[in-house]
Amino acid sequence: MDILFNVFVDPFLQMRAAPDLLVQTLWEGLVSGVLYALIALGFVLIFKASGVFNFAQGIMVVFAALTLVGFHEKGVPAWLAVALTLGVMALLAMAVERVVLRPLVNQPDIILFMATFGLTYVLIGLGEFIFGGEPKQMITEELFIPRGAIDVAVLGGRVTFQKIDIAAALIASLMIAGLALFFQYTRIGRALRAVADSHKAALSVGISLNQIWVIVWFAAGIVALITGIMWGARSDVSFALQVIALKALPVLILGGFTSIPGAIVGGLIIGLGEKLGEFYWGPLVGGGIENWVAYVIALAFLMVRPQGLFGDKIIERI
Amino acid sequence: MRQIQTIEPGATLLAVENVSLRFGGVKAITDVSFDIRKGEVRAIIGPNGAGKTSMLNVINGFYHPQDGRITYRGATRTKMRPHVAASQGIARTFQNVALFKGMTTLDNIMIGRTLKMRRSFFWQLWRHGPAMAEEIEHRKFVEEIIDFLEIEHIRKVPVGKLPYGLQKRVELGRALAMEPELLLLDEPMAGMNLEEKEDMCRFILDVKEQYGTTIALIEHDMGVVMDLSDRVVVLEYGRKIADGTPDEVKADQKVIDAYLGVAH
Repeated sequence: MDILFNVFVDPFLQMRAAPDLLVQTLWEGLVSGVLYALIALGFVLIFKASGVFNFAQGIMVVFAALTLVGFHEKGVPAWLAVALTLGVMALLAMAVERVVLRPLVNQPDIILFMATFGLTYVLIGLGEFIFGGEPKQMITEELFIPRGAIDVAVLGGRVTFQKIDIAAALIASLMIAGLALFFQYTRIGRALRAVADSHKAALSVGISLNQIWVIVWFAAGIVALITGIMWGARSDVSFALQVIALKALPVLILGGFTSIPGAIVGGLIIGLGEKLGEFYWGPLVGGGIENWVAYVIALAFLMVRPQGLFGDKIIERI
Repeated sequence: MRQIQTIEPGATLLAVENVSLRFGGVKAITDVSFDIRKGEVRAIIGPNGAGKTSMLNVINGFYHPQDGRITYRGATRTKMRPHVAASQGIARTFQNVALFKGMTTLDNIMIGRTLKMRRSFFWQLWRHGPAMAEEIEHRKFVEEIIDFLEIEHIRKVPVGKLPYGLQKRVELGRALAMEPELLLLDEPMAGMNLEEKEDMCRFILDVKEQYGTTIALIEHDMGVVMDLSDRVVVLEYGRKIADGTPDEVKADQKVIDAYLGVAH
């Protein structure tokens, strides 16, 4: 009975006893949730348009952040460095379309997936060759990302909001809203959804696959850059950062690989679940559950809704 | 590509000259020539494996023939990408139906308008003013097509859920939304019952009348082919064996042999 009490009753008693701590945990969960959503979004964009799980998304985040910092180290002003980095991501998108996607059109998805593995290692090699392997500092002040924290009195306690977290949540939310609108309401967005559904039908109505792929990979590159800035500002910019891509997996399983709202809601659920789990249930098993609880949540969802919360319903006429 | 001419009804819209297509050692099409005149219904028939679908794929740029030339609206081309063919007014449907299954009937047909939309996405994001007016205008056109094809009742249904006959109709609708000059139909009546076939025949003739669209179609149902088409080209083993009006073709000994087999 003790274990049941500890799992099902005690955490909620704790939440009631210290509501300010609960708010703090929720806030932290929300922030990491938004950031997870941002990474997941990069995957969703490419998956929607080409049906490929882009394994290289993680390294694209690192590559974009390194390029930005690299330009700045060469004495380029911050705003120009951002513009130049966007240019590099656009070039990357074109190169990927020309060298990887175009020759592999109509190949099975698994082959394209493997190709993104190859792309990952090319980018790792290229990144180390150009920028070296040492961790770098993200240029936060130059980009007007605030530092420090705000303390607010909440429910009889004090809650600390890191300014950088507030900025991250705001920017990520804007970014997500912009992309969602773009893909829902524009001609290109509609064309993108068409390409995702059937390549040959899309071609027959006059949609250029090559153009759509470049646009999508560039959009994923922009998302990668923003992700790189936000995550890089909280730690260092290093190749270790690419493992955050793996954090996107449970988000995608939860939200559905093809849904932008799914990536957002999935990200928030995973972020909140992780922090709440770590804080209230972690001590039961000696802590450290933050790293795997996301996968448990995803697995549980997978059993109930294999297409994810918002994924395309699997329709099959037999 | 700018030298495209306007073609008078009855003149040659598309000419295929000495086209050959090979996949490795397999000869899909060998030295085939024929033309399609503006405003006519042109049928391509032949036994299974005769190269009919390959021929359509050559015309709309999915395949590039090794030899031969294709002249469309006065402009000769050797290689053309499918989306370019689409932008020049060639629309098509597919033998096995290629629709955007997750989208509704309405969205599927709206996609056919993609090339006609001119406002940039910045305008489209701002859902007011010129872009919205444009969207409404396209939507009106699409609703007319939906009326025309009598598919109002399935406007909001994801097409993956529809029965086959209706999917074929939606696919025709998407092609019509492109306001094509030349419409390629790959077995528009395959797998349909008699009533659905009659409906489809009526739609094809109405398309020709109302929109003045030139139609090239592949079909196995001989009754349908003979009723619908103005001229018929017959392929067998990738070669052309006959070309002419339905009556001429019906009387052709080579065609009869190809369909009934010859005693050896």
